[in-house]
Amino acid sequence: MDVRTPHFKDNARGAMADASLQEALTHIRRGFIDKRARAVDALPEFEALRDSSKAIKDHTLAHLDLYLEAFIERAEAAGSVVHIAETAADARDTIIGICREAGAKRITKGKSMISEEIDLNTHLAEAGFVPVETDLGEYIVQLRNETPSHIIAPAVHVTRDRIEQDFREKHRGLDPDRDLSDPKELLAEARTMLRGEYLAADVGLTGANFLIAETGSSVIVTNEGNGDLTQTLAPVHIVLASLDKLVPTLEDASQILRLLGRSATGQDMTVYTTFSTGPRRADDPDGPAACHVVILDNGRSSMLGTDYQDMLRCIRCGACMNHCPVYHEIGGHAYGWVYPGPMGAVLTPALVGVDQGGHLPNASTLCGRCEEVCPMKIPLPGMMRSWRRDEFERHLSPATVRWGLGVWAFFARRPRLYQAATRLAMRILGNLGARRGHLRRLPLAGGWTAERDLPAPAGATFQEQWAERERRR
Amino acid sequence: MSAREAVLKRIRMSLKVTDDENRKRTVAARLTEPPRGVIPARSQVDHDKRIALFVAMAEKAAATTERLASTDAIPQAVARYLRDRNLPAAIRHGDDPILSALTWDGTQLRVGHGAAADSDTAALSRATVGIAETGSLVLLSGRDNPTTLNFMPEAHIVVLRASDIVGDLETAWGRLRHIAGRGRLPRNVNLITGPSRSGDIQQTMLMGAHGPRDLHILVVG
Repeated sequence: MDVRTPHFKDNARGAMADASLQEALTHIRRGFIDKRARAVDALPEFEALRDSSKAIKDHTLAHLDLYLEAFIERAEAAGSVVHIAETAADARDTIIGICREAGAKRITKGKSMISEEIDLNTHLAEAGFVPVETDLGEYIVQLRNETPSHIIAPAVHVTRDRIEQDFREKHRGLDPDRDLSDPKELLAEARTMLRGEYLAADVGLTGANFLIAETGSSVIVTNEGNGDLTQTLAPVHIVLASLDKLVPTLEDASQILRLLGRSATGQDMTVYTTFSTGPRRADDPDGPAACHVVILDNGRSSMLGTDYQDMLRCIRCGACMNHCPVYHEIGGHAYGWVYPGPMGAVLTPALVGVDQGGHLPNASTLCGRCEEVCPMKIPLPGMMRSWRRDEFERHLSPATVRWGLGVWAFFARRPRLYQAATRLAMRILGNLGARRGHLRRLPLAGGWTAERDLPAPAGATFQEQWAERERRR
Repeated sequence: MSAREAVLKRIRMSLKVTDDENRKRTVAARLTEPPRGVIPARSQVDHDKRIALFVAMAEKAAATTERLASTDAIPQAVARYLRDRNLPAAIRHGDDPILSALTWDGTQLRVGHGAAADSDTAALSRATVGIAETGSLVLLSGRDNPTTLNFMPEAHIVVLRASDIVGDLETAWGRLRHIAGRGRLPRNVNLITGPSRSGDIQQTMLMGAHGPRDLHILVVG
């Protein structure tokens, strides 16, 4: 997928002017925030589970080489073929190779963000295959030739009316006068369309929420059951997962599962949590005859031991974006690559480079809500700050920002001059705003005052007022 | 150098470690003696309360439940359920010993065996374990309970012995290790908590996405 992150500012402006998107984004509060809060409040052990889960991931990352080796050994013992892919291109080539070998044409797909990261559908189509997304949200997004705008709710940016339009346009051969006014009818129509796809598929590809070293299993978590039909009905199952999905044991996955559903959709447990280990056994009446596990690195191993290692604890629940005031305003597409919201603002520069992804960690007020709700206690605002520092050190920040920071640093290092300058500025602004109590326009800050007024300063600086108070005591 | 070796090498370089014996021992110990972690207190209750909690949580997840005194009552309960829901008088199940021993003579149901077909409207499975904490069923793939039965038909009826209900997920893993052996699992272990649904249209949960619209649990004993 092209990285459109360098155009972030234009993307964001466009998103805020898009009435349909703005309407769709209003569903986030009712759909996610309130439900999560209720589920978390109902589990007294939630905080203890956060600590326990953070410790599990930290331990796993510190021993990632050994758990990877253990996973490979157990998965192969169960009959899976494990492929390690260093880059996105390697992963695509591996998957296309497996599909060719299987003589495949149609490929059903469960939801996978790694598939988006490596832009798999485009490449599968170019290689002559027909990829079909089966998660309802992903299916809608695929019909619209779009990409997901949220990591767990891919079609959160699409209103019901638009979905109806898309179904009428793309589902040919159905009664044009059929009633699709109720969302239930849309769901039923998608169910019917996709049932045929599962049965016709030559390869079923799923992502993974966990890879379990103890058993060589992959785990998917879905509400729809689409991932299960995808991996059970096709003769070949491909699991596509990144390195950071490893956990040591079934017990470790269980700790994190208690956080995942609650943080994502406010469910105590998602409907289908499926552990898959190897292909069907000799006397199994159903299931795939072959199982491949493709494990992608794509820069993650280089994040270990850096300021950004903590990001590898992320379980992709989406809570950070659901609670992000910036995401609420602009939705996911404006971020310009695969991962939106606060987790995307940290992960995108790590995976595509801060030269391309640098806008994202800057598009934050550092309000801290994301870190508050992150089940894995990832210090997202702190890492956004680290990216800003890295960007500055590598001279990637825009000239005006560098100039502004340079001016500020010049004064900040000279306290007397700083105080004199701020005193003067406060006097002038205080006088200018004395009549109305606020300032409508400011030199060099037209963009800021275009949307709001600046309350007039008190006429004296904080330091002056403090000194005055001390004197009076 | 293979991709596998390259990635392992890069992980060790980034972490500034080697594959020394100490680290290997730590990892081996965790894999053979998995720590249980934090277990929610609400699941640590006696047998009767555990069953009540299972039923309450399963119903919270939109499953329906019914308590039966013995396995003999299963065929009539299945027939009644299908009739009440206006579903065709047909059911399919696998080779599970409990299900194979049932006699359907008095029910007028058409009974099929083995993996599901697209035309099936209802399936009957047996869960190996039930988890009270979340009202989840644990189903294992294989001839006894083919996985397709869990997902293809519109209605899924699951038999669960009351004595197979455990408090928490961790205890369920203990049972599975006893059945399948340490470090091994069947092709699929399906944890099922309520019927299929989707929240992808305007973030409103709608029931019956790709899997069953209805999940009915028969708690026996």
